[in-house]
Amino acid sequence: MKQRKFFKATKNHSGAGDYLFDFFNYTFMIFLCVVMLYPFLNQVAVSLNEATDSLKGGIFLWPRIFTLANYKYVFGEASIFHAFFISVLRTVIGTLTSVLCTAMVAYTISRKDYVLRKFVTIAFVITMYINGGLIPNYLLIKDLGLLDSFWVYIVPGIIGVFNLIVIRSFIEGIPDSLFESAKIDGAGDFTTFIKIVLPLSLPVLATVSLFVAVGQWNSWFDVFLYNSSTPNLSTLQYELMKILQNSNASMSGKTASDAMANTTAQANMVTPTSIRATMTIIASLPIIMVYPFLQKYFVKGLTLGGVKG
Amino acid sequence: MQAETKVADELIQTSVSIQSNKKKGLFLKKLKTQKALMAMSIPFLIWLFVFKYVPLWGWSIAFQDYKPALGMFDQTWSGLKHFKFLFDDANFYRVLRNTLGMSVINLVLGFVTAIGLALLLNEIRHSKFKKIVQTISYMPHFLSWVVAASIISYSLSTDTGIVNIVLMKLGIIHQPILWLGKETWFWGINGVSDVWKNVGWNTIIYLAAITMIDPEQYEAADIDGATRLQRIRYITLPSLKPTIIILLIMNLGYILESGFEAQYLLGNPMNLDYSENLDIYVLKYGISMGNFSLATAAGIFKTVVSFIFLFTANHIAKKFDQPRLF
Repeated sequence: MKQRKFFKATKNHSGAGDYLFDFFNYTFMIFLCVVMLYPFLNQVAVSLNEATDSLKGGIFLWPRIFTLANYKYVFGEASIFHAFFISVLRTVIGTLTSVLCTAMVAYTISRKDYVLRKFVTIAFVITMYINGGLIPNYLLIKDLGLLDSFWVYIVPGIIGVFNLIVIRSFIEGIPDSLFESAKIDGAGDFTTFIKIVLPLSLPVLATVSLFVAVGQWNSWFDVFLYNSSTPNLSTLQYELMKILQNSNASMSGKTASDAMANTTAQANMVTPTSIRATMTIIASLPIIMVYPFLQKYFVKGLTLGGVKG
Repeated sequence: MQAETKVADELIQTSVSIQSNKKKGLFLKKLKTQKALMAMSIPFLIWLFVFKYVPLWGWSIAFQDYKPALGMFDQTWSGLKHFKFLFDDANFYRVLRNTLGMSVINLVLGFVTAIGLALLLNEIRHSKFKKIVQTISYMPHFLSWVVAASIISYSLSTDTGIVNIVLMKLGIIHQPILWLGKETWFWGINGVSDVWKNVGWNTIIYLAAITMIDPEQYEAADIDGATRLQRIRYITLPSLKPTIIILLIMNLGYILESGFEAQYLLGNPMNLDYSENLDIYVLKYGISMGNFSLATAAGIFKTVVSFIFLFTANHIAKKFDQPRLF
């Protein structure tokens, strides 16, 4: 006991000041966690509470009258269920294609003797700093006939420059001897990419997949901009956004459509508040369940990109 | 392959006259062996050209009276008319003020809180506790702004919002406040929301820089009897300086990118005068009202000013012999 105290004293520097520092620091960290988590957990409680009862307030971390009715209602709405399906579809297809294509280009610009290496790299990096902006991009999408189509979610963002640099840095770290022996075995560049680069890059691919998947799952602006007149291409985030906009607008007076939404909702024993809470949970749960397991990777990936990019 | 190049290099050095021929030969040879590499990258170069470089041509719209029904070459040129309109528009100055105001607030708040949190996290010795705090603090970053805005507006509501409840319990306020209805508070609310969402995430880069610090420095400080605060003040903070400067330069380049989603989603008719920024202005004029030319002009203004900021910041860093972007 005595020894431990002594050890601590030399290491941490004794004195009331240090203990006080630790006390405040740990207290602050716990406070921080509460601030980060509470608003979300509160929504979980509201989504699991009986809708009309929630309006009385006083729901904090636990539902007062437990019910699954809100979830049943939300998943029972054909339009919301379809939006959920589109969200999943764009996340899966978008992530797979983007990660594969980005890795492929990253591999080519990691080859030091590739004649177009410099050109390709610079052409991509420039676009990080200059872009056409909202209107020219919109007109391009329109002219390409991508308005009101599913592919507008996939094609325009198929390669992310930041991800490209992160993957390239990782591939450059693979020992040259592996590439040379592959060459001696007669493997072409494509085979090398599939059989050597992809399996060895799994850690960085996991990171990039997380970034891309989160971006796909969370995006609503492209739906709003390009597909807002095609309800069957709507996504979960966009549906939630419309509900949010409705309640924002109604802050300064109830609108007719809002009142109508209220009556239809009340007939089903749900309220806009409970629908919003429920959709908030559905729209965020998939990511919240995945990201902690990839923490090690994305921290590494972010620093790699930050240092070399 | 490498040995071959080496031999070739030696040959090249022996004679100047053969040099160009040899190089050309090597280049052609390379072209042949790199067919696969080209097949893997050239399609994406074309993609890049179409989706990233063609829109740059779209900037010409700002100098035309663009009509979507007409073809690209049938538009009438109108010179700087749209820019003149822009600089005469009181709304433009209002959104510019909001953009700059929110950018500066977000920049300062974002930097101070992220560096502060990184320093405090670094002082936690229980690695398990530290990791849990980090994981929790990353959480809001992964939420979409739609979800975040929904959560924030619920937390700020008058009847069920936790912020009003806590403040009333503490006796700081006696009446619930309609936070998002107070237009002059919007910049602050937007800044705090941004901190809530991103502060944990933004510590990652600083914590990575902290791990690079030589532990001997801390040991020496311990021997000299430095307190925890002194260690932070004289070792950790100074060694973060290069990282801070680089990030500051990069962020100055984005000074007119005060974000779009937060303002758009938290904005409502009551705080419109302070929540609308340049991006929302572009969206309103361009997409909603169909005035593509004016909206593009505003977009060009934004890009040009961003570039000037980026280069100025980089130049200042160069002058003071600090790390810089390029």
